[in-house]
Amino acid sequence: MSAYLVAAYAVFWALTFVLVFSIWNRQRRLERDMAALQARLDGKQDDTGHS
Amino acid sequence: MGKVGGGVMRKAGRDVWGLALVGLSGVAVFTALGMVFLYAPREATMGDVQRIFYFHVASAWVGFFAFCVTFVASVAYLARGARRWDMLALSSVEIGLAFIAMAVISGSLWARPVWGTYWTWEPRLTISAVQLLIYAAYGMLRASVESAEQKARFAAVYGIVAFVTVPLSWFAIRWWRTIHPDVLTGGPGMAITPPMVHTLLAALAAFTLLYATLLRQRVRLERAADTLARLRLQVASEE
Repeated sequence: MSAYLVAAYAVFWALTFVLVFSIWNRQRRLERDMAALQARLDGKQDDTGHS
Repeated sequence: MGKVGGGVMRKAGRDVWGLALVGLSGVAVFTALGMVFLYAPREATMGDVQRIFYFHVASAWVGFFAFCVTFVASVAYLARGARRWDMLALSSVEIGLAFIAMAVISGSLWARPVWGTYWTWEPRLTISAVQLLIYAAYGMLRASVESAEQKARFAAVYGIVAFVTVPLSWFAIRWWRTIHPDVLTGGPGMAITPPMVHTLLAALAAFTLLYATLLRQRVRLERAADTLARLRLQVASEE
């Protein structure tokens, strides 16, 4: 099989994975930030005695 | 204030349609890949390297389609001013860029054994390279503007103007003398048989599904980022 053919299909997979990973990674970071924000809010509510 | 982060995370966990779309596009891509290597015949002149053609054309199609979506969303943003159109335009540019990059790189890898060179400055290739740079600058433009509203407006105008590269690229091989094959006929050096057409159609359908899946996720990400920014402002104002 041609090395150019293998390289071309490797590029398709590599770029698709980069795109998917980039979206997944940003989503994960966002969720972590939201969890941190939630923890901060919970802490504040505990300090003021609210549930 | 309720469980802000949990709300979004729970929503993401319940995303049945999203999962179905991921599964469907995965099956479609692997089916197309199987057809490329097992169903489509070996082309007589170019041999196995011609199999690049199927995913190359599908990537270019998705790139063009993505920029078309950006164009429509940009017009809608300027007309209506709703943030959702700006989100759609931005998300589609990002995905379109990746697919046009795939088309340019795979085209170069096909050209080396067929034309004897990775790159030549003929009309279609030149326009594709310029298009890639123009849409990469879309992100730079957004990053350089502070105000969110101004950023969206400038990007919408840019997204409309940049779209001129799509018809230009499509018609380049018909308007000017070029060595790039015509996807509809295969060109004089390539005979397209029915199994090749079926494989190309399967690749086009698979890549379109993949685009829809990625776009959906990318728009959700943008929406979640907006929610987080709003919550941060709210928390900061309460402190």
